[in-house]
Amino acid sequence: MLKLETRPEPSRAMSIASPLIALAITVLIGTLLFVLLGKDPLRGLAVFFIEPLKSVYALSELAVKATPLLLIALGLAVCFRSNVWNIGAEGQFILGAIFASGMAMQATATTGSWFYIAVIAAGVVGGMMWAGIVALLRDRFNANEILVSLMLVYVAEQVLNYLVYGPWKDPAGYNFPQTITFLKSTQVPKLFPGFRVNVGVLVALVSVAAFWVLLFRTYAGFQLQVGGLAPAAARYAGFSSRKALWTALLISGGMAGLAGGLEVAGPLGQLTPHVPQGYGFAAIIVAFVGRLHPVGIVFSAILMSMFYIGGELAQSRLGLPKSLTGVFQGLLLFTLLACDTLIVYRIRWKSTRPAPATPAIDDAPLNPVVASTTLPAREGTI
Amino acid sequence: MTRVSFARGAAFGAVALAAMLAGCSKEEKTTTTTTSTPMAPAASAVATAASGPLKIAFAYVGPVGDGGWTFAHDNARKALEKEYGDKIQTSFVEKVPEAADAERVFRDMASQGNTLIFGTTFGYMEPMLKTAADLKDVKFEHATGYKTAPNMNAYDSRTYEGAYMAGVIAGSMTKTNTLGVVGSIPIPEVIRNINSFTMGAQSVNPKIKTKVVWVNEWFNPPKETEAAQSLINGGADVLMQNTDSSAVLQTAGKAGKYAFGWDSDMKAYAPEAHLASSVINWAPYYIKTTKDALAGTWKGDQHSWWGVKEGAIDIVSISDKVPAEIKAKVDAVKAGLKDGSFVIWKGPITSNDGKEMVAAGTNADDKFMGGINFFVKGVEGKVPGGDKK
Amino acid sequence: MDQFALLVAATLNSGTVLAFAALGLLINERAGIVNLGAEGLMLVAAVAGFATAFHTGNDWLAFGAGAAAGAILAAAFGVLVIWLNTNQYATGLALSLFGAGFSAFAGIRYSQEKLGEQHNFAIPGLADLPFVGPAFFRQHPMVYLAIGLTVAIAWFLHRSRAGLVLRAVGESPESAHALGYPVRKIRLAAVVVGGALCGVAGAYISVVYTHLWVEGMTAGKGWIALALTTFATWRPARVLLGAYLFGGVTMLQLQLQGEGVQISSQFLTMLPYLATILVLVLISRNASFIRVNMPASIGKPFFPG
Repeated sequence: MLKLETRPEPSRAMSIASPLIALAITVLIGTLLFVLLGKDPLRGLAVFFIEPLKSVYALSELAVKATPLLLIALGLAVCFRSNVWNIGAEGQFILGAIFASGMAMQATATTGSWFYIAVIAAGVVGGMMWAGIVALLRDRFNANEILVSLMLVYVAEQVLNYLVYGPWKDPAGYNFPQTITFLKSTQVPKLFPGFRVNVGVLVALVSVAAFWVLLFRTYAGFQLQVGGLAPAAARYAGFSSRKALWTALLISGGMAGLAGGLEVAGPLGQLTPHVPQGYGFAAIIVAFVGRLHPVGIVFSAILMSMFYIGGELAQSRLGLPKSLTGVFQGLLLFTLLACDTLIVYRIRWKSTRPAPATPAIDDAPLNPVVASTTLPAREGTI
Repeated sequence: MTRVSFARGAAFGAVALAAMLAGCSKEEKTTTTTTSTPMAPAASAVATAASGPLKIAFAYVGPVGDGGWTFAHDNARKALEKEYGDKIQTSFVEKVPEAADAERVFRDMASQGNTLIFGTTFGYMEPMLKTAADLKDVKFEHATGYKTAPNMNAYDSRTYEGAYMAGVIAGSMTKTNTLGVVGSIPIPEVIRNINSFTMGAQSVNPKIKTKVVWVNEWFNPPKETEAAQSLINGGADVLMQNTDSSAVLQTAGKAGKYAFGWDSDMKAYAPEAHLASSVINWAPYYIKTTKDALAGTWKGDQHSWWGVKEGAIDIVSISDKVPAEIKAKVDAVKAGLKDGSFVIWKGPITSNDGKEMVAAGTNADDKFMGGINFFVKGVEGKVPGGDKK
Repeated sequence: MDQFALLVAATLNSGTVLAFAALGLLINERAGIVNLGAEGLMLVAAVAGFATAFHTGNDWLAFGAGAAAGAILAAAFGVLVIWLNTNQYATGLALSLFGAGFSAFAGIRYSQEKLGEQHNFAIPGLADLPFVGPAFFRQHPMVYLAIGLTVAIAWFLHRSRAGLVLRAVGESPESAHALGYPVRKIRLAAVVVGGALCGVAGAYISVVYTHLWVEGMTAGKGWIALALTTFATWRPARVLLGAYLFGGVTMLQLQLQGEGVQISSQFLTMLPYLATILVLVLISRNASFIRVNMPASIGKPFFPG
């Protein structure tokens, strides 16, 4: 029967191939779905994978969609590598949007066009503050950060609703729950006229470089990663897990807040109850598909955005339902997680008869795991 | 399998995938249909359908299957197709969020050659305005909003007329003299409907009072169920809604109370509880707009507000349980609305905290009605966040 | 008084959905697995239940279909998380997303359909008692089943050997493994049973509670159930009471609105989540508190050998 056996060392080739295999499987299942629905599968795939890349405008839209995913995922990558599970990035995104809006509403007709920097900075502060609550509760009370951050997402949504239905409602807005449209000085400048892509993309690309440096070239990044991979070793080396906790949460909260601020000061231009679009949760997938690596995250953010935009296009071009987007995204992550096991394990066909205890000649003799799988085992078989 | 062969296999797979996708794009180019043009921003990319059919696109906020708001719009779209046949070509995108994504959808619709685009909810107003400013050759129609542009109109339906007629029926059928309304979002349109419903009921039964519960969403069946249940628990025996699903009607049915259908005919969902449905028929407006677009006489910067007179609002499937004299009264109101002799919002109208809002002898004008944020006498409670001015 | 009785009845009804889901998650988490995909599970079960009720007209078959759908998806989740040791949170989230999309997709056919007439249940005799009659004895059988299930699960966990083994697996899978228990099979069983219960909750929503299918109709109840399990410190009785509490707050808030009372509805909606955070803080402060109250291996992967 098939058995999973730990590899002597994680496979580098699989580490790159695994997302591609996952994508291939997703595409295969997608093709099947298209056929079942009576649509031309090649056109279906083209809508998802070619159309969003076909023109400069399309690329600009892709950038607009991918930027918040990329920013949040970068922060989450730091968090997850440090073994801090921040599931509440959506809430931090919302608070970033709220703080940025609050700042944006301070602008008057005479404010200079640099003001958007203050707006975005406010967003960062908002996100950091919200993540800081999680850090505080974990630090002082040991409260599980997954559950706390998740609960805070709902609290954040209600805070947003309270503000746009109440004190922040536009008095000239016919009682609709939304703030005023922010003045031009608060708007993030667009990069090229006629396209929606804005400075946020540059911020995102700079962040990619910055995070790469942080994770792989700084001592602090090293400490964070060791803390995540081998907590005991980290403790022995004197790395402060407290510092790691706060750093990870504040960074990821700040990035989510930054994304929220950019969204509000960019394409949206006001605060509405529809600001939460699920980016915080999608970014978790982006982070994983990108193997928690800044460069990988760029690709996975683009891929996820293609799914989003492709899903929209699939509706108007092919009459396919919007729900397909969620199906593809979920499938991609499922298959990726499954394929990822192949990085650390390999599949072996083993006979059920217990083999002699002497390991085979070409296996590393010092690998205790290999030895144990040749004995009749209760566990370790699929 | 060893590590190396796995990597080779993966590389092969990746190459195969790339080849397949490359083949796809070639395929796309050879099938020259209008649907393969890439997304583009500038007005120059919009195909002018001078000789081909007029391409019309619809953006819906909900799913076509909601049985309520979006369903009504889609029915009108289908009526449009029936009316104009080959002269037009329609398409739609459903569940477009009222957020930044909407702009992309509108631009994409324009780049696909659609020159008449309908946005069917308030939240599309700003994205549509932005798109309209860039794409001056495309005509935009925005429902339930208040901003316009040289190439963008605002249109709405006088749902309050349907609410009034439903109120007449409700006032006569209630035994507890307590009516309940499941409200969606406390915007003027909904407040106006609640008020009109109450005034209609008061015209046959001055003793009634109306309770309101807010769901804070247009469409959320479980919440609508709970809201309806709480109204029933509070003594209401006839329910009205401003939300988009049939949950309220079904809840009333389960509890043995009465309710109305809203936006579309909901009789089938709970025949025993259903008293009538106040429906919106968007077809007359859509047909007129398309006629203008085809003839080249379409004008922007218009606010259209159509009601019973233009055939946009009706009250249908009135139950046999409603006494004949009430049915006659409803017909009389309908006829009066059609020929303009009956005015719902005529003074004196007092708010529920005693202020006179419309003076005796005067009629409220459209502007006043567009910004209503008070409850009339007989409605319990205050408009949430309403007394800001 | 009458109104209060009706409020109690509505609370019981509303709480039952949460109770089923949260009890299922409780079993998962007692074995150490956090299933963030509860929402997706419930949605797929809701559409499966609705479809079954629509085609067969039998509510009980519908609940069974919901349970089966939940169990199947949970099994897939379980294999990934337990045998392939994928990250629990990521896998759960993937399930959530996938379930939401898939249910919307599969449900397109059913979105305008309606089911047959709903029955009104009443326990003869008891239903006519003043106050307690309308409050407690006019409920759908599933409400009573939820209460029975709570008792059964409590007995199972704390009074049966199998339950003891389950809890041991949740506290320290390594020790259980060393003692010779098939930890992974036990965890999978817990995940499948938990998924089935979440599935029942989902089917209840579409077949009884709202009697409709619309996409996304669970509207966050899966996430609330996750909060609820924590809020109840993983004890079945507390889960049931917590479910009624959460359900009650919602109904109370609506009722107050109807009376014209102006409490910010957002604040009331926030309350269950704030309360959960508070409970988390209270039980986690103390290392020994945690040991007593929270399954120690929650979220951590288990590697035998």
